[in-house]
Amino acid sequence: MNALVFIEYKDNKIKKSSLECLSAVKGDSHTIQTCAIGAGSDQLTAALGAWGVTKHYSCTDVDTYNPELYKNFVAKVIEQTKPDVIVATSNNVGRDIFPRVAAQFSMAYMSDITEVEMDSDLEVKRPLYAGKCTAQVTFTDDSGKILLLRPNQISVVEASESVTTENIAIAAGAPSGQSETLSVEKGESEKLDLTEAETIVSGGRGLKEAENFKLLHDLAAPLNATVGASRAVVDLGWVPHSLQVGQTGKTVAPSLYFAIGISGAIQHLAGMSGSKNVVAINKDEKAPIFQKSTYGLVGDLFEIVPVLTEKLKSL
Amino acid sequence: MRIFVCIKQVPDTETRIKLTSDSQGIDPTGVKWVINPYDEFAIEEAIRFKEANDDVQVTAITVGPKARVNNALLTAMAMGVDDSLLVNTDAALDALTTAQALANAIKAEGEFGLVLAGKLAIDGNVSAVPLMLAELLGIPHASVVNSTEYSDGFVTAGREIEGGTTEKFKLRLPAMITANKGLNKPRFASLPGIMKAKKKPIKEVSLDDLGIKTESIKVKFTNFELPAEKPACKMLGGSPEDQVNELVKLLQEEAKVL
Repeated sequence: MNALVFIEYKDNKIKKSSLECLSAVKGDSHTIQTCAIGAGSDQLTAALGAWGVTKHYSCTDVDTYNPELYKNFVAKVIEQTKPDVIVATSNNVGRDIFPRVAAQFSMAYMSDITEVEMDSDLEVKRPLYAGKCTAQVTFTDDSGKILLLRPNQISVVEASESVTTENIAIAAGAPSGQSETLSVEKGESEKLDLTEAETIVSGGRGLKEAENFKLLHDLAAPLNATVGASRAVVDLGWVPHSLQVGQTGKTVAPSLYFAIGISGAIQHLAGMSGSKNVVAINKDEKAPIFQKSTYGLVGDLFEIVPVLTEKLKSL
Repeated sequence: MRIFVCIKQVPDTETRIKLTSDSQGIDPTGVKWVINPYDEFAIEEAIRFKEANDDVQVTAITVGPKARVNNALLTAMAMGVDDSLLVNTDAALDALTTAQALANAIKAEGEFGLVLAGKLAIDGNVSAVPLMLAELLGIPHASVVNSTEYSDGFVTAGREIEGGTTEKFKLRLPAMITANKGLNKPRFASLPGIMKAKKKPIKEVSLDDLGIKTESIKVKFTNFELPAEKPACKMLGGSPEDQVNELVKLLQEEAKVL
Protein backbone atom coordinates (compact mmCIF):
# COMPACT_ATOMS: atom_id res chain seq x y z
CA MET A 1 0.00 0.00 0.00
CA ASN A 2 1.19 3.46 -0.87
CA ALA A 3 0.42 5.70 2.10
CA LEU A 4 0.69 9.45 2.46
CA VAL A 5 0.67 10.89 5.98
CA PHE A 6 -0.10 14.57 6.62
CA ILE A 7 2.28 15.67 9.39
CA GLU A 8 1.66 18.43 11.91
CA TYR A 9 4.49 19.73 14.05
CA LYS A 10 5.33 22.35 16.64
CA ASP A 11 8.79 23.73 17.52
CA ASN A 12 10.38 21.41 14.95
CA LYS A 13 8.86 18.36 16.68
CA ILE A 14 6.29 16.07 15.12
CA LYS A 15 3.03 16.20 17.11
CA LYS A 16 1.96 13.07 18.98
CA SER A 17 -1.25 12.92 16.94
CA SER A 18 0.85 12.71 13.75
CA LEU A 19 3.03 9.99 15.30
CA GLU A 20 -0.23 8.09 15.85
CA CYS A 21 -0.96 8.45 12.12
CA LEU A 22 2.53 7.14 11.27
CA SER A 23 2.00 4.24 13.69
CA ALA A 24 -1.27 3.33 11.98
CA VAL A 25 0.36 2.93 8.55
CA LYS A 26 3.63 1.41 9.71
CA GLY A 27 4.05 -2.08 8.31
CA ASP A 28 6.42 -4.03 6.09
CA SER A 29 4.21 -3.95 3.04
CA HIS A 30 3.60 -0.20 2.99
CA THR A 31 5.47 2.61 1.34
CA ILE A 32 5.16 5.65 3.58
CA GLN A 33 5.52 9.16 2.27
CA THR A 34 4.74 12.29 4.25
CA CYS A 35 3.92 15.93 3.70
CA ALA A 36 3.91 19.02 5.91
CA ILE A 37 3.35 22.71 5.33
CA GLY A 38 4.66 25.82 7.12
CA ALA A 39 7.98 27.35 8.18
CA GLY A 40 10.35 24.54 9.18
CA SER A 41 8.30 21.85 7.43
CA ASP A 42 11.48 20.89 5.55
CA GLN A 43 13.35 20.27 8.83
CA LEU A 44 11.51 17.08 9.79
CA THR A 45 13.39 14.55 7.67
CA ALA A 46 15.76 13.38 10.43
CA ALA A 47 12.82 12.35 12.60
CA LEU A 48 10.89 10.83 9.69
CA GLY A 49 13.77 8.54 8.71
CA ALA A 50 13.13 6.47 11.84
CA TRP A 51 9.61 5.82 10.54
CA GLY A 52 10.87 4.45 7.24
CA VAL A 53 9.65 7.48 5.30
CA THR A 54 11.36 7.59 1.91
CA LYS A 55 10.10 10.91 0.66
CA HIS A 56 8.85 13.97 2.53
CA TYR A 57 7.09 16.77 0.68
CA SER A 58 7.33 20.16 2.33
CA CYS A 59 6.23 23.69 1.61
CA THR A 60 7.86 26.53 3.55
CA ASP A 61 6.43 29.53 1.72
CA VAL A 62 3.04 29.39 3.46
CA ASP A 63 3.12 30.02 7.17
CA THR A 64 -0.23 31.57 7.98
CA TYR A 65 -3.09 29.12 7.99
CA ASN A 66 -5.29 29.32 4.91
CA PRO A 67 -7.53 26.40 3.96
CA GLU A 68 -7.24 27.07 0.24
CA LEU A 69 -3.43 27.19 0.17
CA TYR A 70 -3.13 24.16 2.47
CA LYS A 71 -5.53 22.19 0.31
CA ASN A 72 -3.74 23.20 -2.90
CA PHE A 73 -0.46 21.99 -1.38
CA VAL A 74 -1.95 18.60 -0.46
CA ALA A 75 -3.46 18.34 -3.95
CA LYS A 76 -0.04 18.92 -5.53
CA VAL A 77 1.51 16.23 -3.33
CA ILE A 78 -1.25 13.77 -4.26
CA GLU A 79 -0.66 14.37 -7.96
CA GLN A 80 3.01 13.42 -7.44
CA THR A 81 2.57 10.52 -5.01
CA LYS A 82 -0.72 8.92 -6.15
CA PRO A 83 -1.43 7.43 -2.69
CA ASP A 84 -3.83 4.54 -2.04
CA VAL A 85 -4.50 5.93 1.40
CA ILE A 86 -4.01 9.32 3.05
CA VAL A 87 -3.86 9.49 6.83
CA ALA A 88 -4.22 12.69 8.85
CA THR A 89 -5.45 13.80 12.27
CA SER A 90 -9.16 14.36 12.78
CA ASN A 91 -8.85 17.94 14.05
CA ASN A 92 -9.75 21.44 12.86
CA VAL A 93 -7.05 21.44 10.17
CA GLY A 94 -7.75 17.95 8.85
CA ARG A 95 -11.50 18.53 8.82
CA ASP A 96 -10.97 21.87 7.05
CA ILE A 97 -8.85 20.57 4.16
CA PHE A 98 -9.49 16.91 3.42
CA PRO A 99 -13.22 16.96 2.55
CA ARG A 100 -12.29 19.26 -0.35
CA VAL A 101 -9.39 16.98 -1.30
CA ALA A 102 -11.77 14.00 -1.29
CA ALA A 103 -14.20 15.84 -3.55
CA GLN A 104 -11.47 16.94 -5.96
CA PHE A 105 -9.98 13.46 -6.34
CA SER A 106 -13.21 11.44 -5.80
CA MET A 107 -11.70 9.63 -2.83
CA ALA A 108 -13.55 7.88 0.00
CA TYR A 109 -13.44 10.00 3.16
CA MET A 110 -13.94 9.26 6.83
CA SER A 111 -13.18 11.36 9.93
CA ASP A 112 -13.05 10.54 13.66
CA ILE A 113 -11.64 7.05 13.20
CA THR A 114 -10.84 5.32 16.50
CA GLU A 115 -9.63 1.92 15.30
CA VAL A 116 -7.71 1.10 12.15
CA GLU A 117 -6.03 -2.09 10.97
CA MET A 118 -4.06 -1.90 7.75
CA ASP A 119 -2.12 -5.14 7.74
CA SER A 120 -4.33 -7.23 5.50
CA ASP A 121 -7.69 -5.80 4.58
CA LEU A 122 -8.40 -2.29 5.70
CA GLU A 123 -10.48 -2.43 8.88
CA VAL A 124 -11.80 0.79 10.27
CA LYS A 125 -14.15 1.65 13.15
CA ARG A 126 -15.57 4.90 14.46
CA PRO A 127 -18.20 6.13 16.92
CA LEU A 128 -21.58 7.46 15.80
CA TYR A 129 -24.13 9.61 17.66
CA ALA A 130 -21.28 11.06 19.78
CA GLY A 131 -20.37 7.62 21.10
CA LYS A 132 -23.83 6.19 21.70
CA CYS A 133 -22.72 3.41 19.32
CA THR A 134 -19.82 2.48 17.06
CA ALA A 135 -19.80 1.09 13.53
CA GLN A 136 -17.42 -0.46 11.08
CA VAL A 137 -16.57 1.71 8.08
CA THR A 138 -16.85 -0.36 4.91
CA PHE A 139 -15.29 0.85 1.69
CA THR A 140 -17.22 -0.39 -1.33
CA ASP A 141 -14.73 0.26 -4.13
CA ASP A 142 -11.00 0.56 -4.67
CA SER A 143 -10.80 4.35 -4.94
CA GLY A 144 -8.22 6.09 -2.80
CA LYS A 145 -9.12 6.61 0.83
CA ILE A 146 -8.70 9.50 3.21
CA LEU A 147 -8.68 8.45 6.87
CA LEU A 148 -8.75 11.04 9.64
CA LEU A 149 -7.76 9.54 12.98
CA ARG A 150 -9.10 10.82 16.26
CA PRO A 151 -6.22 11.76 18.60
CA ASN A 152 -5.32 9.51 21.59
CA GLN A 153 -6.77 6.33 20.07
CA ILE A 154 -3.87 4.63 18.30
CA SER A 155 -0.79 3.62 20.32
CA VAL A 156 2.45 5.11 19.12
CA VAL A 157 4.81 2.28 18.12
CA GLU A 158 8.57 2.49 18.37
CA ALA A 159 10.24 3.91 15.30
CA SER A 160 13.59 2.25 14.79
CA GLU A 161 14.39 2.29 11.10
CA SER A 162 17.26 4.22 9.61
CA VAL A 163 16.05 5.33 6.24
CA THR A 164 17.37 8.51 4.69
CA THR A 165 14.36 10.66 3.96
CA GLU A 166 14.53 12.80 0.86
CA ASN A 167 13.00 16.26 1.25
CA ILE A 168 11.09 17.46 -1.79
CA ALA A 169 10.19 21.14 -1.76
CA ILE A 170 6.81 22.08 -3.18
CA ALA A 171 6.06 25.67 -4.09
CA ALA A 172 2.75 27.00 -2.82
CA GLY A 173 0.42 27.87 -5.64
CA ALA A 174 -0.67 31.45 -6.18
CA PRO A 175 -3.85 32.28 -4.27
CA SER A 176 -6.97 32.33 -6.45
CA GLY A 177 -8.19 35.62 -5.04
CA GLN A 178 -11.23 33.77 -3.71
CA SER A 179 -10.02 33.75 -0.12
CA GLU A 180 -7.54 35.53 2.09
CA THR A 181 -6.46 35.06 5.69
CA LEU A 182 -6.86 38.38 7.50
CA SER A 183 -5.58 37.34 10.91
CA VAL A 184 -4.56 34.40 13.05
CA GLU A 185 -4.26 35.11 16.75
CA LYS A 186 -2.82 32.29 18.78
CA GLY A 187 -4.73 31.56 21.96
CA GLU A 188 -2.97 32.01 25.29
CA SER A 189 -3.72 28.46 26.30
CA GLU A 190 -0.72 26.17 26.19
CA LYS A 191 -3.06 23.34 27.09
CA LEU A 192 -4.04 20.66 24.63
CA ASP A 193 -7.47 20.95 23.09
CA LEU A 194 -10.18 18.86 24.77
CA THR A 195 -10.21 16.47 21.82
CA GLU A 196 -6.49 15.77 22.24
CA ALA A 197 -6.17 15.98 26.02
CA GLU A 198 -4.93 13.04 28.13
CA THR A 199 -6.63 14.41 31.25
CA ILE A 200 -9.77 16.54 31.46
CA VAL A 201 -11.31 18.29 34.46
CA SER A 202 -14.94 19.15 33.63
CA GLY A 203 -17.38 21.16 35.69
CA GLY A 204 -21.14 21.58 35.72
CA ARG A 205 -23.92 23.43 37.43
CA GLY A 206 -22.84 22.04 40.80
CA LEU A 207 -20.11 24.70 40.79
CA LYS A 208 -22.90 27.21 41.49
CA GLU A 209 -21.28 30.21 39.78
CA ALA A 210 -18.81 31.09 37.04
CA GLU A 211 -16.08 32.27 39.45
CA ASN A 212 -15.89 28.82 41.00
CA PHE A 213 -14.36 27.41 37.81
CA LYS A 214 -11.14 28.66 39.41
CA LEU A 215 -11.32 25.51 41.58
CA LEU A 216 -11.14 23.42 38.42
CA HIS A 217 -8.25 25.41 36.96
CA ASP A 218 -6.40 24.90 40.27
CA LEU A 219 -7.05 21.16 40.07
CA ALA A 220 -6.09 21.05 36.39
CA ALA A 221 -2.66 22.60 37.05
CA PRO A 222 -0.93 19.69 38.86
CA LEU A 223 -2.63 17.22 36.48
CA ASN A 224 -1.61 19.21 33.39
CA ALA A 225 -5.26 18.77 32.42
CA THR A 226 -7.54 20.67 30.07
CA VAL A 227 -10.69 22.19 31.57
CA GLY A 228 -14.08 21.23 30.12
CA ALA A 229 -17.70 21.92 30.97
CA SER A 230 -21.26 20.67 30.68
CA ARG A 231 -23.75 22.25 28.31
CA ALA A 232 -25.73 23.71 31.22
CA VAL A 233 -22.92 26.04 32.28
CA VAL A 234 -22.03 26.96 28.69
CA ASP A 235 -25.66 27.99 28.15
CA LEU A 236 -25.45 30.02 31.37
CA GLY A 237 -22.51 31.87 29.83
CA TRP A 238 -20.01 30.82 32.53
CA VAL A 239 -17.52 29.42 30.01
CA PRO A 240 -17.21 29.55 26.18
CA HIS A 241 -18.73 26.88 23.93
CA SER A 242 -15.23 25.66 23.00
CA LEU A 243 -15.10 24.04 26.46
CA GLN A 244 -18.36 22.09 26.07
CA VAL A 245 -18.17 18.29 26.23
CA GLY A 246 -21.16 16.46 24.79
CA GLN A 247 -23.18 15.75 21.69
CA THR A 248 -23.46 19.43 20.75
CA GLY A 249 -19.94 20.11 21.98
CA LYS A 250 -16.78 18.04 21.84
CA THR A 251 -16.47 14.29 21.92
CA VAL A 252 -13.50 13.45 24.12
CA ALA A 253 -11.40 10.38 24.87
CA PRO A 254 -8.87 11.12 27.63
CA SER A 255 -7.21 8.56 29.90
CA LEU A 256 -8.67 10.34 32.90
CA TYR A 257 -11.87 12.40 33.04
CA PHE A 258 -13.09 14.27 36.12
CA ALA A 259 -16.82 15.11 36.14
CA ILE A 260 -17.29 17.61 38.94
CA GLY A 261 -20.76 18.85 39.80
CA ILE A 262 -22.08 17.30 36.60
CA SER A 263 -25.23 15.20 37.00
CA GLY A 264 -24.80 13.42 33.64
CA ALA A 265 -27.33 14.29 30.93
CA ILE A 266 -27.42 11.69 28.13
CA GLN A 267 -25.69 14.10 25.70
CA HIS A 268 -22.82 14.67 28.14
CA LEU A 269 -22.45 10.95 28.90
CA ALA A 270 -22.22 10.29 25.15
CA GLY A 271 -19.57 12.96 24.62
CA MET A 272 -17.33 11.61 27.40
CA SER A 273 -17.98 7.90 26.75
CA GLY A 274 -14.56 7.39 25.15
CA SER A 275 -12.81 8.23 28.46
CA LYS A 276 -10.80 5.34 29.90
CA ASN A 277 -11.23 6.30 33.57
CA VAL A 278 -13.94 8.58 34.92
CA VAL A 279 -13.95 10.16 38.39
CA ALA A 280 -17.29 11.68 39.41
CA ILE A 281 -17.66 14.09 42.32
CA ASN A 282 -21.28 14.95 43.07
CA LYS A 283 -23.43 15.59 46.11
CA ASP A 284 -26.31 13.48 44.74
CA GLU A 285 -25.53 9.78 45.01
CA LYS A 286 -28.35 9.05 42.53
CA ALA A 287 -26.86 11.28 39.79
CA PRO A 288 -26.68 9.35 36.46
CA ILE A 289 -22.99 10.28 36.13
CA PHE A 290 -22.09 7.56 38.67
CA GLN A 291 -23.43 4.85 36.34
CA LYS A 292 -20.78 5.80 33.78
CA SER A 293 -17.93 6.40 36.22
CA THR A 294 -15.01 4.30 37.41
CA TYR A 295 -14.67 6.01 40.78
CA GLY A 296 -17.38 7.92 42.59
CA LEU A 297 -17.08 10.44 45.42
CA VAL A 298 -20.37 11.52 46.94
CA GLY A 299 -19.96 14.77 48.82
CA ASP A 300 -19.51 18.52 48.68
CA LEU A 301 -17.23 19.37 45.77
CA PHE A 302 -16.24 22.61 47.52
CA GLU A 303 -14.70 20.47 50.29
CA ILE A 304 -13.34 17.61 48.18
CA VAL A 305 -11.75 19.46 45.24
CA PRO A 306 -9.36 21.69 47.26
CA VAL A 307 -8.21 18.64 49.28
CA LEU A 308 -7.63 16.73 46.04
CA THR A 309 -5.71 19.65 44.51
CA GLU A 310 -3.40 19.88 47.53
CA LYS A 311 -2.85 16.12 47.55
CA LEU A 312 -1.94 16.08 43.84
CA LYS A 313 0.45 19.01 44.32
CA SER A 314 2.26 17.06 47.03
CA LEU A 315 2.91 14.04 44.78
CA MET B 1 -29.33 37.28 -4.10
CA ARG B 2 -30.13 33.61 -3.68
CA ILE B 3 -28.96 31.86 -0.50
CA PHE B 4 -29.02 28.12 0.00
CA VAL B 5 -29.10 26.67 3.52
CA CYS B 6 -28.20 22.98 3.72
CA ILE B 7 -30.09 21.20 6.47
CA LYS B 8 -30.11 17.67 7.80
CA GLN B 9 -32.51 15.84 10.07
CA VAL B 10 -30.93 13.98 12.98
CA PRO B 11 -32.25 12.04 15.98
CA ASP B 12 -32.90 14.38 18.90
CA THR B 13 -29.94 14.41 21.32
CA GLU B 14 -32.15 12.81 24.01
CA THR B 15 -32.47 9.70 21.83
CA ARG B 16 -31.32 6.41 23.29
CA ILE B 17 -29.78 4.61 20.34
CA LYS B 18 -31.01 1.04 19.73
CA LEU B 19 -29.74 -1.20 16.95
CA THR B 20 -31.69 -3.15 14.36
CA SER B 21 -31.81 -6.93 14.93
CA ASP B 22 -29.10 -7.51 12.29
CA SER B 23 -26.92 -4.71 13.78
CA GLN B 24 -26.54 -3.08 10.37
CA GLY B 25 -28.12 0.17 11.44
CA ILE B 26 -30.02 1.97 14.17
CA ASP B 27 -33.62 1.12 14.96
CA PRO B 28 -35.68 4.18 13.94
CA THR B 29 -38.66 3.15 16.08
CA GLY B 30 -39.58 5.96 18.45
CA VAL B 31 -36.77 8.24 17.24
CA LYS B 32 -37.75 11.92 17.30
CA TRP B 33 -36.20 13.67 14.28
CA VAL B 34 -35.09 17.28 14.59
CA ILE B 35 -33.13 19.76 12.51
CA ASN B 36 -29.43 19.31 13.25
CA PRO B 37 -28.77 21.94 15.97
CA TYR B 38 -25.84 23.54 14.09
CA ASP B 39 -28.02 23.94 10.98
CA GLU B 40 -30.32 26.20 13.00
CA PHE B 41 -27.47 28.73 13.27
CA ALA B 42 -27.11 28.56 9.47
CA ILE B 43 -30.86 29.11 8.97
CA GLU B 44 -30.80 32.07 11.36
CA GLU B 45 -27.78 33.56 9.55
CA ALA B 46 -29.62 33.37 6.21
CA ILE B 47 -32.81 34.94 7.60
CA ARG B 48 -30.85 37.77 9.22
CA PHE B 49 -29.07 38.45 5.92
CA LYS B 50 -32.44 38.55 4.18
CA GLU B 51 -33.82 40.97 6.79
CA ALA B 52 -30.83 43.29 6.34
CA ASN B 53 -30.70 43.27 2.53
CA ASP B 54 -33.11 43.75 -0.39
CA ASP B 55 -33.98 41.09 -2.94
CA VAL B 56 -32.80 38.04 -1.03
CA GLN B 57 -34.36 34.62 -1.53
CA VAL B 58 -33.48 31.98 1.05
CA THR B 59 -33.91 28.35 0.03
CA ALA B 60 -33.55 25.40 2.40
CA ILE B 61 -32.11 22.32 0.72
CA THR B 62 -31.96 18.78 2.05
CA VAL B 63 -31.44 15.19 0.93
CA GLY B 64 -33.63 12.46 2.42
CA PRO B 65 -36.97 10.64 2.38
CA LYS B 66 -39.82 13.09 1.86
CA ALA B 67 -42.14 11.52 4.44
CA ARG B 68 -39.58 12.26 7.15
CA VAL B 69 -37.64 15.36 6.13
CA ASN B 70 -40.69 17.38 5.07
CA ASN B 71 -41.08 18.44 8.71
CA ALA B 72 -37.57 19.87 8.85
CA LEU B 73 -38.23 21.94 5.73
CA LEU B 74 -41.54 23.20 7.18
CA THR B 75 -39.74 24.22 10.38
CA ALA B 76 -37.07 26.10 8.42
CA MET B 77 -39.76 27.86 6.37
CA ALA B 78 -41.70 28.67 9.54
CA MET B 79 -38.56 30.38 10.88
CA GLY B 80 -38.49 32.57 7.75
CA VAL B 81 -36.90 30.62 4.90
CA ASP B 82 -38.73 31.41 1.60
CA ASP B 83 -38.90 28.02 -0.09
CA SER B 84 -37.35 24.55 -0.15
CA LEU B 85 -35.57 22.19 -2.46
CA LEU B 86 -35.84 18.51 -1.58
CA VAL B 87 -33.71 15.75 -3.04
CA ASN B 88 -36.16 12.96 -2.29
CA THR B 89 -34.45 9.60 -1.70
CA ASP B 90 -34.60 6.67 0.72
CA ALA B 91 -31.00 5.72 -0.06
CA ALA B 92 -28.30 6.01 2.63
CA LEU B 93 -25.79 8.13 0.73
CA ASP B 94 -22.21 8.76 1.81
CA ALA B 95 -20.84 12.28 2.25
CA LEU B 96 -19.46 12.64 -1.28
CA THR B 97 -22.61 11.36 -3.00
CA THR B 98 -24.72 13.69 -0.83
CA ALA B 99 -22.47 16.62 -1.76
CA GLN B 100 -22.71 15.70 -5.45
CA ALA B 101 -26.52 15.60 -5.25
CA LEU B 102 -26.61 18.99 -3.50
CA ALA B 103 -24.12 20.50 -5.96
CA ASN B 104 -26.10 19.35 -8.99
CA ALA B 105 -29.38 20.52 -7.47
CA ILE B 106 -27.95 23.98 -6.66
CA LYS B 107 -26.27 24.36 -10.07
CA ALA B 108 -29.56 23.56 -11.79
CA GLU B 109 -31.18 26.48 -9.96
CA GLY B 110 -28.81 29.05 -11.48
CA GLU B 111 -26.99 31.90 -9.75
CA PHE B 112 -26.44 32.03 -5.99
CA GLY B 113 -24.49 34.26 -3.62
CA LEU B 114 -24.06 32.26 -0.44
CA VAL B 115 -24.34 28.68 0.82
CA LEU B 116 -24.74 28.03 4.54
CA ALA B 117 -24.63 24.83 6.60
CA GLY B 118 -24.02 23.70 10.17
CA LYS B 119 -20.37 22.94 11.03
CA LEU B 120 -21.27 19.27 11.50
CA ALA B 121 -24.28 17.03 11.94
CA ILE B 122 -24.48 15.56 15.42
CA ASP B 123 -25.46 12.08 14.21
CA GLY B 124 -22.36 10.99 12.29
CA ASN B 125 -20.10 13.97 13.04
CA VAL B 126 -18.35 13.29 9.71
CA SER B 127 -18.37 17.05 8.99
CA ALA B 128 -17.58 16.64 5.30
CA VAL B 129 -20.61 17.43 3.14
CA PRO B 130 -20.47 21.26 3.26
CA LEU B 131 -16.79 21.50 2.28
CA MET B 132 -17.14 18.80 -0.38
CA LEU B 133 -20.06 20.82 -1.72
CA ALA B 134 -17.93 23.99 -1.73
CA GLU B 135 -15.26 22.16 -3.72
CA LEU B 136 -17.80 20.82 -6.24
CA LEU B 137 -19.32 24.32 -6.62
CA GLY B 138 -15.83 25.85 -6.97
CA ILE B 139 -16.36 28.37 -4.17
CA PRO B 140 -14.21 29.26 -1.13
CA HIS B 141 -15.25 28.31 2.39
CA ALA B 142 -14.80 29.18 6.02
CA SER B 143 -15.76 26.52 8.55
CA VAL B 144 -16.75 26.54 12.24
CA VAL B 145 -17.64 30.22 11.93
CA ASN B 146 -18.89 32.28 14.87
CA SER B 147 -18.90 35.76 13.33
CA THR B 148 -19.65 37.21 9.88
CA GLU B 149 -19.56 40.62 8.27
CA TYR B 150 -20.76 41.23 4.71
CA SER B 151 -19.58 44.02 2.42
CA ASP B 152 -19.87 44.48 -1.36
CA GLY B 153 -19.27 41.01 -2.70
CA PHE B 154 -17.22 39.70 0.23
CA VAL B 155 -17.77 38.09 3.61
CA THR B 156 -15.35 38.27 6.51
CA ALA B 157 -15.74 35.15 8.65
CA GLY B 158 -14.24 34.66 12.10
CA ARG B 159 -13.77 31.44 14.00
CA GLU B 160 -12.24 30.17 17.22
CA ILE B 161 -10.39 26.89 17.06
CA GLU B 162 -8.29 24.62 19.24
CA GLY B 163 -6.41 26.29 22.08
CA GLY B 164 -8.44 29.50 21.82
CA THR B 165 -6.80 30.54 18.54
CA THR B 166 -8.95 32.95 16.53
CA GLU B 167 -8.79 33.27 12.75
CA LYS B 168 -10.40 35.66 10.29
CA PHE B 169 -10.84 34.96 6.60
CA LYS B 170 -12.11 37.22 3.82
CA LEU B 171 -13.97 35.30 1.13
CA ARG B 172 -15.26 36.45 -2.24
CA LEU B 173 -18.95 35.63 -2.71
CA PRO B 174 -20.36 33.18 -3.58
CA ALA B 175 -18.90 31.33 -0.62
CA MET B 176 -19.69 28.51 1.81
CA ILE B 177 -19.95 29.28 5.52
CA THR B 178 -20.39 26.51 8.10
CA ALA B 179 -21.92 27.77 11.32
CA ASN B 180 -20.79 27.14 14.88
CA LYS B 181 -22.71 27.79 18.07
CA GLY B 182 -22.22 31.44 18.96
CA LEU B 183 -22.81 32.79 15.44
CA ASN B 184 -26.28 33.94 16.51
CA LYS B 185 -29.28 32.86 18.56
CA PRO B 186 -31.73 30.96 16.36
CA ARG B 187 -35.32 32.18 16.64
CA PHE B 188 -38.30 29.96 17.34
CA ALA B 189 -40.92 29.64 14.64
CA SER B 190 -43.87 31.94 15.37
CA LEU B 191 -47.46 30.78 15.00
CA PRO B 192 -48.07 33.02 11.92
CA GLY B 193 -44.73 31.70 10.60
CA ILE B 194 -45.95 28.13 10.97
CA MET B 195 -49.21 28.98 9.13
CA LYS B 196 -47.32 30.72 6.32
CA ALA B 197 -44.86 27.85 5.94
CA LYS B 198 -47.64 25.52 4.84
CA LYS B 199 -48.16 27.63 1.73
CA LYS B 200 -44.48 27.99 0.84
CA PRO B 201 -43.26 25.90 -2.10
CA ILE B 202 -41.21 22.70 -1.74
CA LYS B 203 -39.61 21.73 -5.03
CA GLU B 204 -38.85 18.03 -5.30
CA VAL B 205 -36.14 16.37 -7.38
CA SER B 206 -34.89 12.78 -7.50
CA LEU B 207 -31.36 11.38 -7.65
CA ASP B 208 -32.15 10.36 -11.23
CA ASP B 209 -33.01 13.96 -12.14
CA LEU B 210 -29.60 14.97 -10.79
CA GLY B 211 -27.67 12.18 -12.50
CA ILE B 212 -26.59 10.62 -9.19
CA LYS B 213 -26.23 6.84 -9.03
CA THR B 214 -26.25 5.00 -5.71
CA GLU B 215 -23.54 2.72 -7.16
CA SER B 216 -21.10 5.60 -6.66
CA ILE B 217 -21.42 5.33 -2.86
CA LYS B 218 -17.91 4.58 -1.58
CA VAL B 219 -18.42 4.40 2.17
CA LYS B 220 -20.97 2.53 4.29
CA PHE B 221 -21.47 2.00 8.00
CA THR B 222 -21.90 -1.68 8.91
CA ASN B 223 -21.77 -3.92 12.00
CA PHE B 224 -22.99 -1.42 14.56
CA GLU B 225 -22.14 -2.04 18.22
CA LEU B 226 -23.38 -0.50 21.45
CA PRO B 227 -20.66 0.43 23.94
CA ALA B 228 -19.71 -2.29 26.41
CA GLU B 229 -21.36 -1.92 29.81
CA LYS B 230 -19.04 -0.28 32.30
CA PRO B 231 -18.28 -2.25 35.46
CA ALA B 232 -20.05 -0.81 38.52
CA CYS B 233 -18.63 2.45 39.81
CA LYS B 234 -16.39 2.13 42.90
CA MET B 235 -17.91 4.45 45.50
CA LEU B 236 -15.34 5.93 47.88
CA GLY B 237 -16.63 6.80 51.34
CA GLY B 238 -15.43 8.60 54.45
CA SER B 239 -14.30 12.17 55.04
CA PRO B 240 -13.13 14.28 52.07
CA GLU B 241 -9.53 13.44 53.14
CA ASP B 242 -10.31 9.70 53.20
CA GLN B 243 -12.03 9.88 49.82
CA VAL B 244 -9.14 11.81 48.25
CA ASN B 245 -6.46 9.48 49.69
CA GLU B 246 -8.34 6.42 48.45
CA LEU B 247 -8.90 7.99 45.02
CA VAL B 248 -5.27 8.97 44.51
CA LYS B 249 -4.17 5.47 45.55
CA LEU B 250 -6.56 3.88 43.03
CA LEU B 251 -5.54 6.27 40.25
CA GLN B 252 -1.89 5.40 40.91
CA GLU B 253 -2.11 1.67 41.52
CA GLU B 254 -5.25 0.43 39.76
CA ALA B 255 -5.90 2.84 36.87
CA LYS B 256 -2.18 3.73 36.62
CA VAL B 257 -2.91 7.19 35.27
CA LEU B 258 -1.00 9.32 37.79
